[in-house]
Amino acid sequence: MIATPAGGLLELSSVSKRFGSTTAVVDVSLTLRPGSFTALLGPSGCGKSTLLALVAGLVHPDAGRIDLDGVSLLDAPAERRPVGLVFQKPLLFPHLSVLANVGFGLRVGGAGRRETRRASLQMLERVQLAGLEQRRVGELSGGQEQRVALARALVLSPRVLLLDEPFSALDSGLRATMRRLVRALADETGVTTVFVTHDQAEAVDVADDVALVLDGRLAGHGVASGFWSAPSSLAAARFFGVVNEIPGQVRGGVFSAQGWASLACDVPDGPGVLVVRPERLVVDAVTGPGPAMTATVHEVRFAGTHLVVRLVRADGGVLVAHPPVGTGVRAGSTVSVSAPPDACTVLVKDAAARD
Amino acid sequence: MSAPTRVRLLVAAAGVVALLPLLPLVVWSVSDTWPYPSLLPTSTTTRGLALLVAPRTGAVHSLVLSLGIGASVSVLAVLIGLPAGRAIGLSRFRGRRLVQLALLAPVIVPGLAVTLGLQVFFVRYGLSGTVPGVVLVQLVPTVPYAATVLGAGFANLDVDHERVARTLGAGPVRTTWSVTLPLLRPTIVAAALFCFLISWSEYILTLLVGAGRVQTLPLQLFAAIGGTDTTLAAALALLVVVPPLLAVLACSRVLSGRSSAGIGLGRL
Repeated sequence: MIATPAGGLLELSSVSKRFGSTTAVVDVSLTLRPGSFTALLGPSGCGKSTLLALVAGLVHPDAGRIDLDGVSLLDAPAERRPVGLVFQKPLLFPHLSVLANVGFGLRVGGAGRRETRRASLQMLERVQLAGLEQRRVGELSGGQEQRVALARALVLSPRVLLLDEPFSALDSGLRATMRRLVRALADETGVTTVFVTHDQAEAVDVADDVALVLDGRLAGHGVASGFWSAPSSLAAARFFGVVNEIPGQVRGGVFSAQGWASLACDVPDGPGVLVVRPERLVVDAVTGPGPAMTATVHEVRFAGTHLVVRLVRADGGVLVAHPPVGTGVRAGSTVSVSAPPDACTVLVKDAAARD
Repeated sequence: MSAPTRVRLLVAAAGVVALLPLLPLVVWSVSDTWPYPSLLPTSTTTRGLALLVAPRTGAVHSLVLSLGIGASVSVLAVLIGLPAGRAIGLSRFRGRRLVQLALLAPVIVPGLAVTLGLQVFFVRYGLSGTVPGVVLVQLVPTVPYAATVLGAGFANLDVDHERVARTLGAGPVRTTWSVTLPLLRPTIVAAALFCFLISWSEYILTLLVGAGRVQTLPLQLFAAIGGTDTTLAAALALLVVVPPLLAVLACSRVLSGRSSAGIGLGRL
């Protein structure tokens, strides 16, 4: 088998898929650069796994195109796509040894016995399982099983590697080790990798880019930190843990809310929502820079690295701030709440908004 | 007394109870003269054993015939049962229960009734009195069991194994051969064993369709029981008992193996 040095350019264009009456994927367009490492993030049941199955060829889309390096993948059945897939379960073949599991794809592809053995042993070494090749599958630990599953997919030198919550069954320490391993292997081989997870911490830990999927739709795609600093929608902001939403009005590119200074934004006129992450909200006795409002401190709790301060606005809305430990706030006092302008994002108040 | 010892004793007791009825057969098969009121025969003979191998009685011929028919029926029933089992075990379609029931219908309705209806066709197509005819009719009581057992096997199968195999480059045929069938091995062995055991003791269907010309062991045995030679009958009965015991023993390793724990007879 000729080693393909680099990953492929994966392009999804307006891909949709329904299962009976439930819509799994709606009009998803996504371009993944060759060799990129993207976390496909979203709550369970949002269509992430269906997207992977579509790319792998296990499911056929109702509409849209899926191209690899400009060539459509849709005409090829799953077995002829240069795409590797690792599931949450290791799904090793229990009737085969570790070595035979890794060599399965090579043998199916017509590789010789000797060549298969050589490549499989080499791959096992790269996933740090050297010496375990003759083990039976049932004698492995969960982490070892997933390493074999990884080796079994990577030994075929796929252009695209899909990982469907591969480590979610493992405990957190092992999960971190496995993430580092998978990242190192992806960087070594240059394979275009998609890592599905519902855990944002895991997503930013392993991947450079994040593609957020909510209710079967792509709710944002870009550098991971962008989802923190400038979420693209209210739903995306909520998924990434924004709890502070200040409702207001946008008129002529300016957002205004009661008790909050005006803020320029590029949101169309109408109801808008200003979102601020709790760690960027400044709680102070005096008014700080930028927009500010007064609120009553409801509760102060110690959370190790910071305080968790719950505040009630004049209009009854709740705000949460994470000021540094030592900030002098007491429950019951009235404080000024502000945020630096770069921490504030104004978003369209969508139909799904909570209030 | 520790728990394992108790279990072992219980198993031993069950074994004794199961095999005890065979004891008189052993005594009968070697008895020569056995006058009332002796507890045991007064003289023994090897005549029974000699009769078994004598060409005149045809016991060896019947043994080979029964083994051949049993093997053919097992293989065919499993081949038919695999797609049927896949459908009832894996697919969730409307009327699945009905299909399951329909599959079992031939064993719910007395086999005699089914065969009396079928016999016309066996005669019409020249299958009456032939070995292929007997194999065919024995599929009636075996396919339902094969399909049900294999259905349970498929229900316990994680089909994601097949999906993985496909992403590794295996087409449908290769996936079935290299992944699905090996995963189902314990279930396939169990289904084949059941079918063999059913075929082995099948009497009435063989008699009707075989028209007396296909002399399997059960037919020989029934004829001998009706006759006067109890020594021969007992010897034949022992010959009928032994092969199924050997078959079960041979399969027990596969059926109780650790790898089969999840997919053997799990959800029967």
